[in-house]
Amino acid sequence: MGSTNSTLSKIPNVEELMEETGFTPAHIVRLYDRFEALDKEKTGHLRPQDFGAINRLAMNPIGDRIIGAFFSPGQETVDFHSFVRILAHFRPADKKHPKDPSMPEPVNSRTSKLKFAFQLYDQDKDGKISRAELLQVLRSMLEMQVTEEQLESIADRTIQEADLDNDDAISFEEFRKVPLGRARRLTYQHGPLQHSAPRILSQPHRK
Amino acid sequence: MSVRVALHSPTGSRSFLERGLLLLVMLIFLEGTVLTLGAASSPDISAQDNTGGGHDRRDDHRGIAGSHEQTNYTYTKKAFPVLSLDYHHIQVPFEISLWVLLASLMKLGFHLIPRLSGIVPESCLLIVVGLLVGGLIKLAGEEVPPVLDSNLFFLCLLPPIILDAGYFLPIRPFMENIGTILMFAVVGTLWNAFFVGGLLYAVCQIEGTYLSQVELLPCLLFGSIISAVDPVAVLAVFEEIHINELLHILVFGESLLNDAVTVVLYHLFEEYSGAGEVTPMDVVLGVICFLIVSLGGIAVGAIYGILAAFTSRFTSHTRVIEPLFVFVYSYMAYLSAEMFHLSGIMALIACGAVMRPYVEANISHKSHTTVKYFLKMWSSVSETLIFIFLGVATVAGPHAWNWTFVSVTVILCLVSRVIGVVGLTFIINKFRIVKLTTKDQFIVAYGGLRGAIAFSLGYLLNKDHFPMRTMFLTAIITEIFFTVFVQGMTIKPLVDLLAVKKKQEAKRSINEEIHTQFLDHLLTGIEDICGHYGHHHWKDKLNRFNKKYIKKCLIAGERYKEPQLIAFYHKMEFKQAIELVESGGGVKLPSAMPSQVSMQNIQPKKLPPAVAERALPQFTKGREEEIRKILRSNLQKTRQRLRSYNRHTLVADPFEDGWNDFLLKKQRMIELEKKMTEMSNYLTVPAAPPDSPTMCRARLASGDDFKAEKAGAKVIPDPNAFYNIKASSEGVPTIQVDLASPQSPDSVNMLNEFSKRGAKDQGLGQREVATRDEDQGLMMKPSSAGKEEKGEEEGGNKNPGLMRCLSDPGPSNEDEEDEPFLP
Repeated sequence: MGSTNSTLSKIPNVEELMEETGFTPAHIVRLYDRFEALDKEKTGHLRPQDFGAINRLAMNPIGDRIIGAFFSPGQETVDFHSFVRILAHFRPADKKHPKDPSMPEPVNSRTSKLKFAFQLYDQDKDGKISRAELLQVLRSMLEMQVTEEQLESIADRTIQEADLDNDDAISFEEFRKVPLGRARRLTYQHGPLQHSAPRILSQPHRK
Repeated sequence: MSVRVALHSPTGSRSFLERGLLLLVMLIFLEGTVLTLGAASSPDISAQDNTGGGHDRRDDHRGIAGSHEQTNYTYTKKAFPVLSLDYHHIQVPFEISLWVLLASLMKLGFHLIPRLSGIVPESCLLIVVGLLVGGLIKLAGEEVPPVLDSNLFFLCLLPPIILDAGYFLPIRPFMENIGTILMFAVVGTLWNAFFVGGLLYAVCQIEGTYLSQVELLPCLLFGSIISAVDPVAVLAVFEEIHINELLHILVFGESLLNDAVTVVLYHLFEEYSGAGEVTPMDVVLGVICFLIVSLGGIAVGAIYGILAAFTSRFTSHTRVIEPLFVFVYSYMAYLSAEMFHLSGIMALIACGAVMRPYVEANISHKSHTTVKYFLKMWSSVSETLIFIFLGVATVAGPHAWNWTFVSVTVILCLVSRVIGVVGLTFIINKFRIVKLTTKDQFIVAYGGLRGAIAFSLGYLLNKDHFPMRTMFLTAIITEIFFTVFVQGMTIKPLVDLLAVKKKQEAKRSINEEIHTQFLDHLLTGIEDICGHYGHHHWKDKLNRFNKKYIKKCLIAGERYKEPQLIAFYHKMEFKQAIELVESGGGVKLPSAMPSQVSMQNIQPKKLPPAVAERALPQFTKGREEEIRKILRSNLQKTRQRLRSYNRHTLVADPFEDGWNDFLLKKQRMIELEKKMTEMSNYLTVPAAPPDSPTMCRARLASGDDFKAEKAGAKVIPDPNAFYNIKASSEGVPTIQVDLASPQSPDSVNMLNEFSKRGAKDQGLGQREVATRDEDQGLMMKPSSAGKEEKGEEEGGNKNPGLMRCLSDPGPSNEDEEDEPFLP
């Protein structure tokens, strides 16, 4: 791509960004294009409305949570660097390089991916998924196809199943353990987060 | 499939015998008419000839007032015939209707027989029916009509199926996999044609097969006819083996796009099998011809598609004929392409795919529904007829059975398909991110069914040029039967067998179920943010160009700007709705409605830890299963990626789904709200509904939302949504305004009339509603209903543009367009 370099030069501190997130220049360029496309008013910042304009995202039952994840508390906008940093969570985990224990946990590690997901559940940021929070998620995902009683019993059941310390909520530790439990441990590592990430950041076809 | 369910329940108790009888009666009836056609018609005609000339017969039906002279004539001859039989007069349309009726009844019958449709694909059964009908006709000593005539097939039966496929083509997965599809469609078909044709020729040269007169070019022609995967057969079978979208689009896309290759090969070989010589020049011309046929077909389709879109821009005043434009333009596209021997199938697909987004934006919801239903109806009837006719045509013969030729054909087709798919996948996988697994390859290879297109092409062959046409036809029919029956019937168990491995994973916990789903949603969301098409640079540009210019031209009024607005507004509404429900329902008082379920759930929570441990197993096995079932069925629904495409049921697109759910939520909100108003009006509420106290809080908490709520209340008139709402809100003692009932559009209209005149004061609205109450006897307190209606009214006035885009894409209030549909 001939335009790679010219686009890269438009982004300040692009080297650091790549270093930090592990994206290749091509990825960065692609994300930058997308960022610009989303940024209708060319302010260099995205607002929640810009995300809301994505049709399919508006249909996503947890779409607003995902959008919310891009904005740190109190902030109304997100710039390209933060945008990329958030997306870096979804980069496939590097399998080739064994983990260096001295380094801090990379942002695309399994744990931080799960942490990201956990924070989407945990809207009040108290480090726990409470029953109410779980109910909210369930309600939006099940789209009213079930009765309130069923919802509640599902939520109760879910919490009971995961809750190890009997505080009636799911902590991150508990969250981390639960979905990976039993036979899915192996498959999970090739599961959604890792598996789909390449789909996100590269084309399904080179045709 | 609601129809199926509806039909199922009343007839569930009926015996097999009865159903069998029904089918039998139908067959006899059909045969009877054929008999009368032959035996009874001749005396009939002579009798008629006595009374008048050939053309006078028509006058008989019109009445005596036809012509003076004739009346005189009959009058003097004999008494006026009170009842006369004139079968010939109506023969052709009558027989057509009869065939269609037979097809529809057969289709209906299969679904009434429990479990049958689960074992045998419909297409097989239909072919069997066709065989039976053909056999009966033959037994009756009649000439079997050449039902599967090539003209009939290509001009009448095929287009609806292809248009249906093109119009509802899932563009996104199709474009994502276009490379793979093209590879299979072009290279795969070429490979199949030459492999099968070449090897057949080689086999024919072997001594002792009595086939030495078969030359190379006819063999290649035969190969090109037999090698194309048939969209009709593929659709019919794949529809029943709910396979994931990727595989479906691969096989189906291939079957659609290989048409161009088949057309070119067919004409090429047909041309030269007379002349004999094929020079390299001809090969080059063939390639050019291929490009022209395929691209030309697409261009013709696109032109008609744009024309259709442009026309639909101006249909806002004549909503009733809107759907017609879709059909007529598409058919014109098909015919125009066929006229130049371009690929009609590709033209139809291009036409459908191009016009759809614009037409959908322009036409009303009702017209859109009409388009959908008509397409589905036509395509399923055509498909049924095609399979029945295939059966009849088989009986009709003539056949020239040659064991070697037929068996070699069947084997070679299978072998070449497998080699082709495996070989091509090997190449394709190098370029794909999501690789095709062995299982996928198997299904793609095994799903390569042949069908009626091959038969019709074979039927078209000129007997003078191809003395072995009969043998070819026999072999083609055998191959079709083999693929449809053997492969079609075994593919489902095989898919299940392969899928079993997946399903046998240890039972997932509920947590896993939920979190996996959550992660899926998360990923889909992130994908959407990243933009799936971001890498397609040209695609982005095309989109921008589309937004900037094309939409302006093709979509009426200001609406070309709206989709994003809708999406955003929709989302905001959605959010508010959820918030309101959450604040209302989430803090539900446990004691308010001590149902068994909630007791069961609340108990363990309050118990000390040790007891909670023991309490866990209290969830009975059945209960747990139930939860899991709920989760599975409902969570699965939101997983758009793997949604399998079903042809005969109308699968609402995701946006629409969401929309309905949204309406549902909205409706719930309205109900809550109504109860609240009721409560505030009548301070003594006899039996407080369980939600009421919290609802009040919700109301207070979201005062601002209230108005938005009302503004959105206008969105109601979707009958489907209403149906859902009713079903879901059964348990709650609520008042329901059934706007879907026949009278209500009128009353709403009246309200709108009033609002148009600027009569906004509540009294008027209330009076209006009160009158309506008397008329319909709705169980509703006037004041609360008034509020509700008022809300609508206000919403309608406050922001008409927004309202319009939210309700019906009609240019004016959607109620107006109800009128033509009202009896």
